[in-house]
Amino acid sequence: MIEGFVALYIFMLAAFTGYEVISKVPVILHTPLMSGSNFIHGIVLVGTMVALGHAETTAQMWVGFIAVILAAGNAVGGYVVTERMLEMFKSSKGAK
Amino acid sequence: MGFIINVAYFAAAVLFIVGLKQMASPVTARRGIVWAGWGMVIATLVTFLHPEVRGFINYLLIILGIGIGGGLAWYTGKRVAMTDMPQMIALYNGMGGGAAAGIGIVALMGSYELSWAIQFIAVVGVIIGAVAFSGSLIAFAKLQGLITKSLRFDMQQKINLGVLGATVLLGIIISFSGAQVNGALLTVFLLLALAFGILMTLPIGGADMPVVISLYNALTGLAVGLKGLVLDNAALMIAGIVVGAAGTLLTQLMAKAMNRPISNVLFSHFGETGGGDQSEVTGTMKEIEASDAGVMMAFADKVIIVPGYGMAVAQAQHKIWELTQLLQERGVTVKFAIHPVAGRMPGHMNVLLAEAGVPYDIIYDLDEINSEFKTADVAIVIGANDVVNPVARSNPESPIYGMPILNADQAKNVIVIKRGKGAGFSGVENHLFFADNTRMLYGDGQKAASALISGIKEIG
Repeated sequence: MIEGFVALYIFMLAAFTGYEVISKVPVILHTPLMSGSNFIHGIVLVGTMVALGHAETTAQMWVGFIAVILAAGNAVGGYVVTERMLEMFKSSKGAK
Repeated sequence: MGFIINVAYFAAAVLFIVGLKQMASPVTARRGIVWAGWGMVIATLVTFLHPEVRGFINYLLIILGIGIGGGLAWYTGKRVAMTDMPQMIALYNGMGGGAAAGIGIVALMGSYELSWAIQFIAVVGVIIGAVAFSGSLIAFAKLQGLITKSLRFDMQQKINLGVLGATVLLGIIISFSGAQVNGALLTVFLLLALAFGILMTLPIGGADMPVVISLYNALTGLAVGLKGLVLDNAALMIAGIVVGAAGTLLTQLMAKAMNRPISNVLFSHFGETGGGDQSEVTGTMKEIEASDAGVMMAFADKVIIVPGYGMAVAQAQHKIWELTQLLQERGVTVKFAIHPVAGRMPGHMNVLLAEAGVPYDIIYDLDEINSEFKTADVAIVIGANDVVNPVARSNPESPIYGMPILNADQAKNVIVIKRGKGAGFSGVENHLFFADNTRMLYGDGQKAASALISGIKEIG
C-alpha cells in the first residue's frame, strides 16, 4: 500500500516533472506532443487490466471489459498517430 | 513476482518521462515516442502476471478487449488524414478518460476494500474521467463536422452548474456509503457526470476546440493518476500526473497563443463579445495577376510564407513546397512563419507542412520571425486571415485586439492568396487586405500556387 503522504509526494514530484519536461517545447511540436502525452495516459490500460482481472460479478466484468477496450484504443491509437506525425519531421540537412 | 512487476512499472515510468522529454525537441522526437512505446509494452505485458489478475474468463476478456480496442485504433490511426488529426486525438483521449471512469466504477461496485478516502478519490476520478470522455466525444463530433451548431440556451450556465452540483452531491453520498454502493445510485451518478461533459462542451465554438481538447487531455491524465491511487499502482500515478501537469501547461500555452483565457473559452462564447468591429477601412483591395506575383517573388531576396488552415483545406501545401524549392534554386531565402493557432491546433500546421516535405528548420514561430518581416521583400499569406490582421495591434475596440499576430504588413510587398473577399473566422474585416503594399491573388489555394509556379518557370 502506498501510504497517504508518500502518494502525495509522488503526485507533487510527478506534477513538477511533467511541467518541467514540457516547458521548453517549441510550438512546432505542440500537436505531436499533445498526441504523445495522450498516448502516455494510455497506461490506464494497465489499470483496466487489473480491474477486469479482479472483477467477480458479471456487471463488474462488463464494465471492466469496456474499459479495457477503451484503454487499448487510447494507447494504440495515441501511439500510431504520434509516430506517424513525428516520422514526417525532417531537417533540411537531410540527416535523420 | 511482485518485485518483477514493480521493476517493470518503474522502468515504464522512466521510459515515459525520458520519452516525453525527447519529444520536446524535433531532433529526438521520433526516438521519444518509440521509447515511450516500449514502456507501454513492458507495463502491459507484465500486468498479465499481476497477482490480482486471475480467472480464465478474466484473462480471455482482457486479451479480447485489447484485441478489439487496439485493432480498431490501429486501423483508424493508420488511415486518418493529417488534417483530421485534432479530432482523432480527441477521440483517443476520450477513450482514455472513459477507461479511467470505468476503473472507478468497477472499484465502486465493491470489488475492492476501499477506505472512505480512497473511495472519495475513486469518485472524483470517475467524475473527471467521465467528463473527459463525453466532452472529448463532443469535441470529436464538432471537429468532424457531425455537430455544426453551438448549442446555447437561456440559463445554460445555471443548468450546467446544477448538473455538476447534483453529480458532486451524489458523489459525496457514494463516497460515504461504504463498500456496497447501490447500483442504481452509481448508474445515475455516472450518467450525470457524462451529461455534464456534454453540456459543458456543446456551447463551445469550433475555433476554441484545441484548447478544450488539450484541457480534456490534462483531465484524463489527472483521472488516470487518481485511479493509480485507487489501484495502488505507481505506474498509473506517475504517468497520469505527469500528463496531467504537462497537459495543463500545454493548455495554458495554447490559450495564451489564442489570447483567450481558459475561463473565457469555457464560460463565454466568442460570437457574443460583439458583432465584429465596425471601424472604417481605408483604401481598396488591389488585385494582382499570378504571373506578376511570380516575378515579384523570383527577384526577391527574402520571401516569407504565412500559411493558414485555408491552405491545408485546399491541399496546397505540396504546391507551396514546390514553389519554395523553385525559389530556393534561384537563390531566394524562403522562410515559413507559423502563427501558434495556424491550423486547427498549435503545431498542426507544422505537421501539415512536414507531410508535404518542408524541413522543420525553415519553419519559424511567431517570436522568432516577427522582427524579420521588415527585411522581407515579399510576404505571401495563403489561407490565413485573422492571424495577420494589424487591427489586433492597433484597434482596442476590435474583438481580436491584443491577439499576437504575424507582422506580415511590415514586409515591402504582401501577396494574399484568398478564395473570396469575405472576412475571417472572427468576422472582423482585415485591414491588411486594404493596405497600400498588399496585392490580392484570388483563387483556390492549390490553383493559385500552381499559377505562381508556372509564372516563375516562365522567367527561366
